[in-house]
Amino acid sequence: MAIASAPGRNRDHFIIPALIERIGMDAVIVNEIRKSFNSYPAVDGVSFSIKKGEVFGFLGPNGAGKTTTIRILSGLLKPSSGKALIMGNDVVKEPVEVKKVIGVVPETSNLYPELTCFDNLVFAGRLYGMKSEKVKTKADELLTMFGLGEKRNALFSKLSGGMKRRLTMAASLIHEPPVLFLDEPTTGLDVMSARALREIIQSLKQKGTTILLTTHYIEEADRLCDRIAIIVKGRIIVIDTPEALKKSVSAVNPSLEDAFIEITGLKSELMFQEKEGGR
Amino acid sequence: MKDALRAAFFIALKDMKTYYFKPPNISWGILFPFVFVLAFYLRNPVDFSPLIPGLLALSLLFGTTSMEAIVITFERMTGAMERLMLYPVSTLTILAGKIAGGAFFGISVTAVLLLGLFFIFPLDIANPLLLFVSIIISSAAFSALGAFVSVAVKQVFEAQTLANFFRFPMIFLSGVFIPVSALPPSLRPVAYAMPLTYSVDILKVSFGYTAEILPTAVSLAVLLAFTVVFLALSVKIMNGRMT
Repeated sequence: MAIASAPGRNRDHFIIPALIERIGMDAVIVNEIRKSFNSYPAVDGVSFSIKKGEVFGFLGPNGAGKTTTIRILSGLLKPSSGKALIMGNDVVKEPVEVKKVIGVVPETSNLYPELTCFDNLVFAGRLYGMKSEKVKTKADELLTMFGLGEKRNALFSKLSGGMKRRLTMAASLIHEPPVLFLDEPTTGLDVMSARALREIIQSLKQKGTTILLTTHYIEEADRLCDRIAIIVKGRIIVIDTPEALKKSVSAVNPSLEDAFIEITGLKSELMFQEKEGGR
Repeated sequence: MKDALRAAFFIALKDMKTYYFKPPNISWGILFPFVFVLAFYLRNPVDFSPLIPGLLALSLLFGTTSMEAIVITFERMTGAMERLMLYPVSTLTILAGKIAGGAFFGISVTAVLLLGLFFIFPLDIANPLLLFVSIIISSAAFSALGAFVSVAVKQVFEAQTLANFFRFPMIFLSGVFIPVSALPPSLRPVAYAMPLTYSVDILKVSFGYTAEILPTAVSLAVLLAFTVVFLALSVKIMNGRMT
């Protein structure tokens, strides 16, 4: 089990040559990213990398720093320090290039309520520089793929929560991005809608899309993710495969939930005791 | 550059489809200028003509700033602005698109007003080209002012209220009803700091009146400068939120 290294050390001179070496293999490389709001460290020295085609889960309680990390990687927030590369592009120095290669499904379904499903997808495609005919074909293809063909001309505001979520995901895929960020994609959805979205995530994985998934649902992470990072109070305390995480805990025949509770309960406590002691 | 212009065009087009007939836009951007013009006409139909350039400028001001208050604050509230920021376009491009959409709305309302007046009065347009250019540049400057006001607040009503803080003094100090030269000397510097003053001045010239403030070309340049400054400040505020 790989325990994340202690934050707070400036290791750029060691890390950067290693980062360059990994660019070909990894779709996402995050190195010692920090973000503070009014001196509160929301993200506190987070480092991880995601291999091309991997589904990487971000598990953690509310306020752990999952969404802030995704917002930094999406170019919506500037980190206070640290470096992140997506398909070799620096999120701070090359935000436009980064946005060309990512699709983002934010926590809230924020497409345009007054536009139809089809028009929402076409608008998204046009902003990615797609030509009119291509974007229209792709929009219809996505509407079919997401089971929204019959809602093609329905206003976004008239859709159910599950349909809104599916359309938001479809909009993030219009330009066929190699990297997808999914922030709590199934939160608040009914069982069938959540299941449909999970199946879509599986099929995207099979097509080779690299996915960073944040979720509260431990079973969802267990089922979908190749590796999982557990993040608590802005710090990653462990990164490993679901199986290895389960094996690492003392419970008999443990589930990922047992592992999550034990790891977050013990490791975070130890880590913060250490942090307090260091002050 | 070409990609940025294309993206700005699609943003403006989407705003036109989506927001032109939102209720606050109808009341402040369409009804208010029409009621204003009608009120002044009914009060004094005989001496109404000299007021027309100023009223057209007011129509542009209210049309554009109301539209910006809607498109920017509404999208910030719904999270749609954040979605725009996820596309591979700069903040400058997004705001340029928003300003273009607002400017087009102001131009449309004013064009309808102008056509209406044309059927009532024998309008004597001395320089149609200057009228056209003045309307375009004024609407860009006012729309950029609207964007600047709107990026600073969260709610549509806050944007309209803050916009009125700028709009209402301009009605009285920018030469719409009282020439700037007739204002008390202490108020004239305030008038010179207002974009509406230059807009009214060049619109008056296009209707055959004499320029009161600056030569026409200089007034046009001042309005362009206002556009650039308001746009730059809006971009700075929006980007500041990312840190």
